Amino acid sequence: MNLIEFVKSNWREVLTLTGEHLYLVLFSMLFAVVAGIPLGILVARRAALKRAALGVAGILQTVPSLALFGFLIPLPLLGGIGARTAIVALILYALLPLVRNTVTGIEGVDKSVREAAVAMGMTGRQILWQVELPLALTVILAGVRVATVISVGVATIAAAIGAGGLGTYIFRGLRQNDNTLVLAGALPAALLALAADWLLGLLETRLDANRKRRAGTTRGAHRARLWQCVAVAAVALVVAAVALAAWRGSQPKGAAGAGMGHASVPVRIGSKDFTESIILAEMLAQELEARGAPVERRYELGGNLCHDALVGAQLDVYPEYTGTSFTAILKHQPVSDARAVYERVRSDYAERFKVEVSAPLGFSNDFAILVRGADARSLNLRTISEAIPHARGWRAGFGQDFMSRADGYSGFARAYDLRFAARPREMDLSLTYRALAAREVDIIAGNSTDGLIAALDLVQLEDDRRYFPPYEAVFLARRDALEQNASLAAALRSLAGSIKTDEMRRLNHEVDGRQRAVADVVGEWRRGRGFSVSPS
Amino acid sequence: MSAPLPFVQFRNVGYAPQGAASGAIISELSLEIFSGETLVLLGESGCGKTTTLRLVNRMLLPTSGEVLVAGKPTSEWDAISLRRSTGYVIQEAGLFPHFNVERNVALVPALEGWTGERVRERVREMLTLVGLDPEIYAARFPGELSGGQRQRVGVARALAADPPLLLMDEPFGALDPLTRASLQNEFARLRARLGKTVIFVTHDVREALRLATRIALMRAGRIVLLATPGEFMLTDEPLARAYLETLRLDENRTAPASKHGG
Repeated sequence: MNLIEFVKSNWREVLTLTGEHLYLVLFSMLFAVVAGIPLGILVARRAALKRAALGVAGILQTVPSLALFGFLIPLPLLGGIGARTAIVALILYALLPLVRNTVTGIEGVDKSVREAAVAMGMTGRQILWQVELPLALTVILAGVRVATVISVGVATIAAAIGAGGLGTYIFRGLRQNDNTLVLAGALPAALLALAADWLLGLLETRLDANRKRRAGTTRGAHRARLWQCVAVAAVALVVAAVALAAWRGSQPKGAAGAGMGHASVPVRIGSKDFTESIILAEMLAQELEARGAPVERRYELGGNLCHDALVGAQLDVYPEYTGTSFTAILKHQPVSDARAVYERVRSDYAERFKVEVSAPLGFSNDFAILVRGADARSLNLRTISEAIPHARGWRAGFGQDFMSRADGYSGFARAYDLRFAARPREMDLSLTYRALAAREVDIIAGNSTDGLIAALDLVQLEDDRRYFPPYEAVFLARRDALEQNASLAAALRSLAGSIKTDEMRRLNHEVDGRQRAVADVVGEWRRGRGFSVSPS
Repeated sequence: MSAPLPFVQFRNVGYAPQGAASGAIISELSLEIFSGETLVLLGESGCGKTTTLRLVNRMLLPTSGEVLVAGKPTSEWDAISLRRSTGYVIQEAGLFPHFNVERNVALVPALEGWTGERVRERVREMLTLVGLDPEIYAARFPGELSGGQRQRVGVARALAADPPLLLMDEPFGALDPLTRASLQNEFARLRARLGKTVIFVTHDVREALRLATRIALMRAGRIVLLATPGEFMLTDEPLARAYLETLRLDENRTAPASKHGG
């Protein structure tokens, strides 16, 4: 499907996401301007504050956005998952250009002009409003311009914490190996950035032209026009923000409609930002809805945000893998015995987080060492050990996750005594599949249930030295949520042992390879398994 | 005239930034400036001329001694009202680039809350006074004026609220010699007409001799000679002799060209 067709058939969703994106940017910029410009004025007046303030703002700017989101999630008031956290993060990013440009603009006012203003008997406030701010205005505006463009870019990452926006398409597209989807997110975002830059640039040149205006028109008219311009912009901004806020408020949050008659609090279901996690979360969501329990879907959370949100009581339940919990969260050394891993995770979570681990869902999603099918056939490779002699001529590409985990690359290379032609390329996991298929790399570490394995004709090499720990799929649920909501426990019981590995691979492929909606794929799977559809 | 009251009086004034005794810019300075006179502070850069000027309108407060304006120490004056009743002209004029000429000249009257009609009338009067046609220049912006025109606007701005005292910090220093000479002449005429008390800072001995009723020659934060231009020409004070020497050298070396420069 090409981009134009995609946009034609999904224009409503494209508009919704663009609206969400605009809402994030406008709201955060509104707050950032209100906070940043006065802060800049204050800083320009106190030399002692300047270094500290610009230093802090500069450090904030260098914190990677996903990490900043991670820090914010557990915070009360500011944190949580959703638009609020994203707006707080966007404000923090916008502060540096705003504060710095305000300071630069004010300090850039000609010394003799300031001296004259003081000597004429202007008060500090008169100097600020009649001299410093008007003369600094274009520089401050340039800061607003830069901050806005940065915000449009950073707001794409906000999709990782469930704040929506055009990043949703970009992440989904990367995950599903779908360029059209990536473009459907990236192109409108780029257009938004260009539009914001152009509009603010227009305002900037207009103000500048006003200052150097030739003789002819009277001052009154010139000031009136300036105020008109500012007023129209302010009104447009407020109207847009309010309209968006109202419109967002009217959108139903998740499909909570099924629980008519139940006054109970909805179960907040999270998922990570890859297809399988979303499918599993959706299975639970539909199971709960079939039982008449309302749910709130908070899918596609990046990194370890699910865990943070669960522990921070922002989520009630999300799908996880025992191996991930065991090594990445509980920080144990990798162990290959599935039973031992499960039991340890269960007891540690109960003790440390007051979180219960469901019975295994029936499949495990292990690290899968993958090569191209053509290579596997021509070299007659079945196991990782058989690949060792060839590895010296190969380039490897691994996801950031695999490169950094205790049970990832370093242990793996040691266990098999593997040497590659060059240091492995570290890249986004979903990009490694493309890189392998495109012969940019020759070996990657994927997920064993990934739908792309079959779709791209890749072959999984057997872990014959049993290095990788087991990654059994389970649900992690907060104990208080289980106590409050009996149907959650029942739904988890009914999903136990219900999904086999090849079935999971097929479901993943339905979504990633054939680009079908997760809800449809899960609904079809439920009908095929004879799950009851009507509420009991 | 029997002993008129000094309009501005320095009483044993010292000034050091942050009170550092070693880094004093002004020390033991005593000086009386009478109504209607033009006192020129003459000296090399860094000798404390500008600091002395800034002590008068409370841009700075003395760290020792006191400065009296109209009989009241500057420390007891409200800084804002003192500055609004004191005209101030600086080297680069310091015009507000985002205000047109009219608004620049109208600055202090507007701050003082004059009515619009009175302000406009005053602006026309002031521009005419400094030799700029209001019809042509009122609506222009400083960026559209020559250096000499900017300086005229600076003088008009300083005079707009009719202050009795005018402080001028090398007002003609950045101008080319021809413009400078013509502005000096016009200023001399203007001063005679308006009867203002003027304190004028310069490092140009020629300018000092031309404009001053008295010259205070400064070195390292002190006054080394206080004299009328006539006395200045005849003094034995070494620094004054050195200044006069440059004048003579100047004339010898550039005799033909100085016809234009003078």
